[in-house]
Formats: sequence, C-alpha cells, structure tokens
Amino acid sequence: MSRGSVLTILFVIAVATLILTPFLGMSTITPLDVLGIGTGAGGVDEATIFWRLRVPRVALAFLAGASLALGGMIFQALFRNDLATPFTLGVSSGAALGATTYLRLGWSFAFLGVDGLTMFALVGAALSMALVHGVSRSRPDDSGGSLLLAGVAINFTLSSLILFVHYTSDAAQSFNILRWLMGRLDVVGADEVWTLLPLFLTGGLATLILHRELNLMTVGEEFAISRGVDARRTRTLLFLGTSLLVGGVVAVCGPIGFIGMMTPHIARLLVGADHRRLAPASMLLGGTMLVICDLLARSLVAPAEIPVGVLTALLGGPFFLWLLTRRPGAGTGRS
Amino acid sequence: MNAALEIRHLRLELDGTYILDDISLMVERGMRLMVVGPNGAGKSSLLKCLVGVHRGWQGRIVVNGVDIRGYSNRERARLIAFVPQPGGRHSPFTVRETILMSRYPHVSHFGTLSHADHELVKDALARTGLGPLADRPMVTLSGGERQKVHLAAALTQQSPILLLDEPTTFLDPRHAFEIRSLLHRINQEDAVTIIEVSHDLNTAALDGDRIYALNEGRPAFYGPGDDFLSAEVLKKVYGRSFLLGVHPQTGGPVLVPERCEL
Repeated sequence: MSRGSVLTILFVIAVATLILTPFLGMSTITPLDVLGIGTGAGGVDEATIFWRLRVPRVALAFLAGASLALGGMIFQALFRNDLATPFTLGVSSGAALGATTYLRLGWSFAFLGVDGLTMFALVGAALSMALVHGVSRSRPDDSGGSLLLAGVAINFTLSSLILFVHYTSDAAQSFNILRWLMGRLDVVGADEVWTLLPLFLTGGLATLILHRELNLMTVGEEFAISRGVDARRTRTLLFLGTSLLVGGVVAVCGPIGFIGMMTPHIARLLVGADHRRLAPASMLLGGTMLVICDLLARSLVAPAEIPVGVLTALLGGPFFLWLLTRRPGAGTGRS
Repeated sequence: MNAALEIRHLRLELDGTYILDDISLMVERGMRLMVVGPNGAGKSSLLKCLVGVHRGWQGRIVVNGVDIRGYSNRERARLIAFVPQPGGRHSPFTVRETILMSRYPHVSHFGTLSHADHELVKDALARTGLGPLADRPMVTLSGGERQKVHLAAALTQQSPILLLDEPTTFLDPRHAFEIRSLLHRINQEDAVTIIEVSHDLNTAALDGDRIYALNEGRPAFYGPGDDFLSAEVLKKVYGRSFLLGVHPQTGGPVLVPERCEL
C-alpha cells in the first residue's frame, strides 16, 4: 500500500470517528433523536445533549489530540530525539504550573477575549520552553541524554511547585486544581473549541509550510544550515508556535500526556519520516486517538468518568518504555 | 579573477578564546585544498564559518568576488556544499529522501520538486553506487555507505565549492579509498573546488593540490604536500618528529608508523 493511500485511510478513519463518536457514550443517541424525531429518554432532551455536550467535546478532543501530536512531532524533529516532546521536557508542566497558580489565586479575569487561565498557562509554557531552549543551546552537540535528563529535572521541579501551590490552597480550590491536573475534556458549549481552533490552525499551517525545514533539521542542524535553512529563525518560530499550541491545549484540557509522543511515532511507521506526509498523519492520528480515548474514558465506568489524562498516561507509560528498550541507544540520539 | 574563495583576516572568538586567529587564505577555482592540524586547531571551525554554522566571526570571506554576508542562506548554499563530520546521529529518512532534501536551496518556499530534481538524485545515486540502496532507511546502512549518501547529497546540491569534514575518518580502508577516488573524480571531472579537513597526512599529501596546516587557530603551513611531509614542518605543526619513508608510486615522502618503544 502506498504511503499516500495510508494518509487517505487515516483521513477517512478520522472523519468516521468524528461523525460516529458523538452518538456513543453513557446513553446512545440515534440520528433520529438529534433531528428531534426520537423519544428523549428520562425527559432529557437528547438533541441538547448531542449539540451542547457531545459534539463540542468530540471536537475539542480532536483539536487537542491533533495539537499535542503536532507539538510532539515538532519537538522530535528539532531535538532529534524520539522521547523529546513538550510533555517529557516539561513544557506541559510549565503550563500546568501557570494554570494551577491561577486557580490557587482564585482570580477570574479575561483580557482581549482570552481568559486568565489560558494566559497563565501560556506564560508558564513559554517560560519552561525558554528554559528547555537554554539547556539545549548550552549542549548543542548532545541532542539525547542530557536534554532528557534536563527535562526530567524540570518536570520534577515544576511538579513540586505545583504540589506546593496545591498544598497551600483551600478545599474548593484544591478540588479544582486536582481535577484539572488529571486532564479533562468535559466541556459545555463550544467556547473552548473556539479558543483552540485558531491556535491549531496557525500551528498546523506553519508545519505544513515548514515541512522541508523540519526534514532538514531532523537530519542535523549543521546539515540544515549548509543547505540554506535559517536554523535559528526556524527554531524560534517553531518553539514559539509549539508553546502557544501546547499552552493552549493544557489551559483548556489540563496536562494530557503521551498523545504527543505516541502518535507521531505510529504515524512515522505508517507514512515514513517525510514531514510533508508525517505532519498531516500525526494530526489525524492524534485527533482520532484522543477522541477514542475520551470515548473510553466516558463509557468504561459510566455513569462515572475516568479522567482522560489518566487513561492516556496508562497507555503512554508502557509505550515510552517500549521505545526506550526497542534497541540500544534508541533514546539517546535517534530520529 | 581566479579565486573561488578568499578569506581575509578571519577571526572567530568563542567563550573568550580565539578559535581562529587571523586566517588569510585564497583558494583557486578547481583546487583541492587539504586542511590539517592537531585536534582542536580550528579546522572544523574554519569550515563552519564558511558554511554559516558559526556566525560571529570577524574579517572577510569572499566567494565569487562577493562578500559572503551579502548572500542569502539559500544563495550561499547554492555556492558552497558541506559534508559534516560523520557522527553517531541516526536519521529516520531513506537514502533517497536524504539526498533529495539537498535540493532545498534550489526550490522556492511554495514550489515543488521537479522531474529534473529527481533525475539529479538518480545521477548522484548512480555515481556513488548507491542505486540498490536508494529506498533503504539510513539507519540500516554501514558507516561507509552513510558517508557516501552524504557525499551524494552534497553533489545534488550542485554547488561549485564542496567542504568536507574528515570524510574518511571511521571508514575501513576499502570505503575510505572509494570516497577518496570519488572526491578525486568530482574535483577533476566536474571542476568542483574542494576544501577538506583531514587527519590522514599521507592521503592529504597525495590527494591535495595544497596543504593548509593550522595550529591553535593560527596558520602554520601552506604549500604542496611533499613540502609538508618534512621533519621541520611536521615538528612545527605537531610538536614532534615522525618517521618518514618514500612512497613506492610517487617517490614522494610518506609518513611511516613507528614502533612504540618502552
């Protein structure tokens, strides 16, 4: 099967998932219900559940999954390392610390249509991004081991800060923070979708335009520069874009882990390493995967829900270990 | 105007020390220049200044009569190609993808690769004998094969000047010889100007039109290979004397490995 047709199949699967999943869940909704012809069980208007809860949730899950996959793919290319993602290098934790601080402060404001939580998360993401960037610049020849160790250190430090902020908060704030930290997609209405959509479209478009630069940077920075790539500008642009993208997702959904690491890998196995195909494949796969994870999260133990971040971490942890042990040195310098 | 490249009073400072200190050098069109010197002498840094990796240097680098800072990144890449030092880094791409990428400076941002681009890749694959490996992932290749891919990639860039950083290091004698003869042909048949960093003094003297030796960032020697392989010059560049013999084919001097004494 050609790699182009694999991409088509991924697209078809994504569209089918997007169409089907809003009908599934705690209660199955039929197309007739949505059209208002069916009988609403228990007096709840099925059409309202469908349009106000299910559709925005599925759309949000898809956008978040696609954005995280894109962020992971970009990091893997720029750091030339399989395990480098915004999540493993602490950018998500930075966004989470920002958001946690906002929740602890108990503030509630919006500026230019962006709410405070998102802003705090974006600032947190940008700061930890700058930190990662600084570490990677201080060891330009080493894209593997020390970078990931720095990521571990950054994650540990930020996690303790999050714990500290959490500890000093009162019961109500504490519940908000904890629930938020587990990753959530249970939204009402489409506001969150509209917050994320422009970020995602910008990031997606940028990677589609920069696919050649991403390819060259994946081979090596000197390789890219000698072919005429402005490596510094490309790096800065992509880092900024990724912080925005990941910060936005974390602000809306909490730190949902491992989607960003797993899906670009699976996509690479399916369509190869060329970013012209890898970028759309990662986005489609990331979106589809998070939608399905979310479907499982809200149906497995219905009427209760498993936080989706817990579910993705349960899948992602073993995947991480598999990547590490797949072959010697896989974690330190490949890709 | 016969200079492909001219360097005037080049200085590079990194972390407070001069990695390159007042380098002036003229490389004629079609010349094959070998850059030698002890570890840390600044050889790789010199190439990295020429190729845009190091940007904070002072002095002047003139390519085709124009200051190199006057070129855009892509324009520079169309004039100078670079084969980086072979490293342990593995690429997820196939051989063909890796070579095709080097057409980057010739393709506009929203343009697509043409039939001619693919033909050039085919030519480079054929010249380097990589045809049968074209669709293999780079990770499955041996070091020698990988080095050939990088050479083929640089050829596909079609730049009149080619820089190489220790292209034969880590290679077995057969692969090293294949790379050397390939470079010889590129230099002779295509009139590509080659500047090559090497630690193998014998092959440097055999292959190069001129040898340029660096020591601690300063020029230590410039001249023909046979003059370089002399007791005084080697002592000046490397700080010790070496055993010299006679090359059976050329009759020129050749460095002979000594026995270690207790």
